[in-house]
Amino acid sequence: MARLGMVIDTRRCVGCMDCVVACKTENQTPEGMNRDWITYATRGRYPRLSMTIQSERCNHCDNPPCVSCCPTGASHVHEWGGFVLVTKEECIGCKACLASCPYDARYLHPDGYADKCTFCIHRVEKGQDPACVSVCPTRCMHFGDLDDPESEVSRLLASRKHHAVLPEAGTKPRIFYLE
Amino acid sequence: MNNVSRRRFLKITGAGASVAATAGVLGSLPGLRAAKGPVEKGIRTVPTFCDLCFWKCNAIATVKDGVLWKIEGNPEDPLSRGRLCPRGTGGVGAHFDTDRLRAPLLRASVRGEEKWTEVTWDEALGHVAEKMLKIKAEYGPEAVALFSHGIGGTFLKHTLKAFGSPNSAAPSYAQCRGPRDAGFELTFGEAIGSPERTDIQNARCLVLIGSHLGENMHNTQVQEFADAIGSGATIIVADPRFSIAASKAKHYLPIKPGTDIALLLAWMNVLVGEGLYDKEYVAAHGFGFEAFASEVLPFTPEWAYPETGIEPDVIRETAREMARHRPATLVHPGRHATWYGDDAQRGRAIALLNALLGSWGRKGGFYQPASMNVPAYPYPPYPKPARGKVDNPDHRYPFASEAITTGIREATITGKPYPVKGWVVYATNLIQALPNEAETIRAIQALDLLVVVDVVGSEIAGWADVVLPEATYLERYEELNVELFREPFVALRQPVVEPTADQKPNWWIARELAVKLGLGAFYPWKTIEEYLDHRLKGAGLSLAVLQKKGLVSAPRPPIYYEEGVPPQFATPSKKIEFYSVQLKDKGFDPVPRFKRPAAGPPGSFRLLFGRAPVHTFSRTQTNPVLAQAMSENEVWLNADEAERAGLRTGDRVRLRNQDGVLSNPIKLKATQAIRADCVYLVHGFGHTAKGLRRALGKGASDAQLVTRYETDPLMGGTGMNVNFVTLEREA
Repeated sequence: MARLGMVIDTRRCVGCMDCVVACKTENQTPEGMNRDWITYATRGRYPRLSMTIQSERCNHCDNPPCVSCCPTGASHVHEWGGFVLVTKEECIGCKACLASCPYDARYLHPDGYADKCTFCIHRVEKGQDPACVSVCPTRCMHFGDLDDPESEVSRLLASRKHHAVLPEAGTKPRIFYLE
Repeated sequence: MNNVSRRRFLKITGAGASVAATAGVLGSLPGLRAAKGPVEKGIRTVPTFCDLCFWKCNAIATVKDGVLWKIEGNPEDPLSRGRLCPRGTGGVGAHFDTDRLRAPLLRASVRGEEKWTEVTWDEALGHVAEKMLKIKAEYGPEAVALFSHGIGGTFLKHTLKAFGSPNSAAPSYAQCRGPRDAGFELTFGEAIGSPERTDIQNARCLVLIGSHLGENMHNTQVQEFADAIGSGATIIVADPRFSIAASKAKHYLPIKPGTDIALLLAWMNVLVGEGLYDKEYVAAHGFGFEAFASEVLPFTPEWAYPETGIEPDVIRETAREMARHRPATLVHPGRHATWYGDDAQRGRAIALLNALLGSWGRKGGFYQPASMNVPAYPYPPYPKPARGKVDNPDHRYPFASEAITTGIREATITGKPYPVKGWVVYATNLIQALPNEAETIRAIQALDLLVVVDVVGSEIAGWADVVLPEATYLERYEELNVELFREPFVALRQPVVEPTADQKPNWWIARELAVKLGLGAFYPWKTIEEYLDHRLKGAGLSLAVLQKKGLVSAPRPPIYYEEGVPPQFATPSKKIEFYSVQLKDKGFDPVPRFKRPAAGPPGSFRLLFGRAPVHTFSRTQTNPVLAQAMSENEVWLNADEAERAGLRTGDRVRLRNQDGVLSNPIKLKATQAIRADCVYLVHGFGHTAKGLRRALGKGASDAQLVTRYETDPLMGGTGMNVNFVTLEREA
């Protein structure tokens, strides 16, 4: 079974927020709520500085605390691709998952359910990339099967130094950032 | 790590959003989605081209059950390569914007009070035509001037020419790229143009001087910038601010503002002094090289150091790096170039540096763009104006190749060389685009007629006598885009959805106005479809083909000298002019010289401004999608300076300029990423127009603080980085 994940090249990324805007229009997220976001980290003292820009979202973790804490089973790992998803009809809006997520990737939808990035499963099932990946003008984002050594994402990870966000949380995130 | 949590991010980006939403990106907007016939079901896609900026990327819009859903890049498009920028992606918000103008408005009280009476199009255009004819009778047709921005102004320009006025200008010249283009025209005999003919994707070394690609989101350029980074090109960035581009650079040069010419001269000094320039290229194509070489002789890196703050070793090392990669070293000419008033000479210095590197006409430098031949519509000849253009009397600015907005403004105030009594303003917010708002308002007070055509009620609309609401780009046909690029193409903009109220397309407005002015003979076509099809048939195409495909491209012709493009230079010497006799003849420096910019009052910071990737000028802040991405600007202040002043990130401050003008409150960003002698903000915020409800009072306007400007003596551009501010904590 495929284990789908994302590899993002921080060298190419300019933090333009196209991924954020594309997610918003593709998924019609409520005003003021976003499933993805950008972090900008500047280090050093002027003029000797460095900056890391990252497009972040739900990490669709291999060990997802949001799933294990969910009292109703609404938060679940999808059988195909290992996406972490929410069945909104089963969600009671208790916010346990919001609290458990080390990435702060979830919000409570105004209609009363927990909502977050779906890796655009509705697109991926049709053979398309997630909206954020397909829109990116710098082509810094890649999506594919982390278990397939021949996939683009696997080859990128094998060839470049990379990191994940908060690996120490033990959630085994599935988004990697090339340095 | 300076990690912004998602919730905090939401607080920042969603602050103060004015439309309550329960579901959907824009919430429920009653009235907007009322079907005009049977309810449409299912998905349909429509190819068109974007209007969120002037880049004109080709796009495909998707409509779901009759409601606009999303807009994506057209994969066949050489400009977007199938990927729009965030503004283009957020273009759906332009259609849904609840701050849109909905019906024609007539002023109901004194100018600038923004009190209106809604009228019909017949009344509004009747009023405009009557006033224009009155001005024509009293002062001549030349007394009506057009200010416009973008391709949408095409038909209004046509109507104004038919009316008999030669006066039409865009801020994109004298407030933006004009000096750059003048500098390149003086050197190579050709302007850079738009889209820029920069071959970034093939550059092995890219030099950016104040140009902040990545924040400045010109789609193709940013895509190629990422390609250049990905392929390991050397990036050199000179900027007083550690921009996104600077963060990608091998060499970041923290230059003192206003000293770019000194750096450029020192770079040229090294290339000439160390014999690193392209001798063969210079010998074959250069004119006046010896005189040029002796001019740059004194300007060593050691000379430049105290001026620029850039260490001599760094200047030498970067110059050698540029030479190592020539001719695939591209010293980017920038775009918004109106900084200090000697900007055409800075543009020329950039052109000369490129000439030394042999990059003009070469792969990885500047290519020769091409366009398709799509014949113009056969209109009757325009009447010959009795008087010449008003903006540049007696060629006061001898190297201006386009009309100067601020020249028209000055003529309006002074009545010289002749009176200007009517302004038609299309899609450009002159209050924020021109320097010194007070002068613009003084000019407006001298007018008998101010008409503004726009999508939202910007500040300039607030001063108008008549406001005409335009349909957005998603709701209208447009003039064809016959693009000048690597791969030539012709593209169509066509309606995707209906306008949301009583807005009309610019072509309709321009045509109806012409009819009311008795100029119907200048519009032999009845519908825009007829016009477009006629032009396309002239190129062996048809409207039906373009409606289906969006664009038709021609094969890429040779675009480099090495591919057989003949090197030709439309300069007086027919060569690349290292030494410019025509400049000397007019009393200017034949080779650029550095003049130290005047310092500000003690304790003040130089005011710098630039772009954000999610907004265009002052025209997108009410777009509900883009406002969610960025709803206000911040003022960047060096963190050490902030600490000295007891200020912290998030504090609200006001900026006061050297003339006592006080800005709106704005949030402070205390950061190491900027020099201590300047502050920086993103242009386009701090709106004051009542109609811009979503943007009103959000952030501060740099334009309001630009009360001073230095006019470029070569071409009339207005250098705007000559203002200084202090910060005051907002109680």
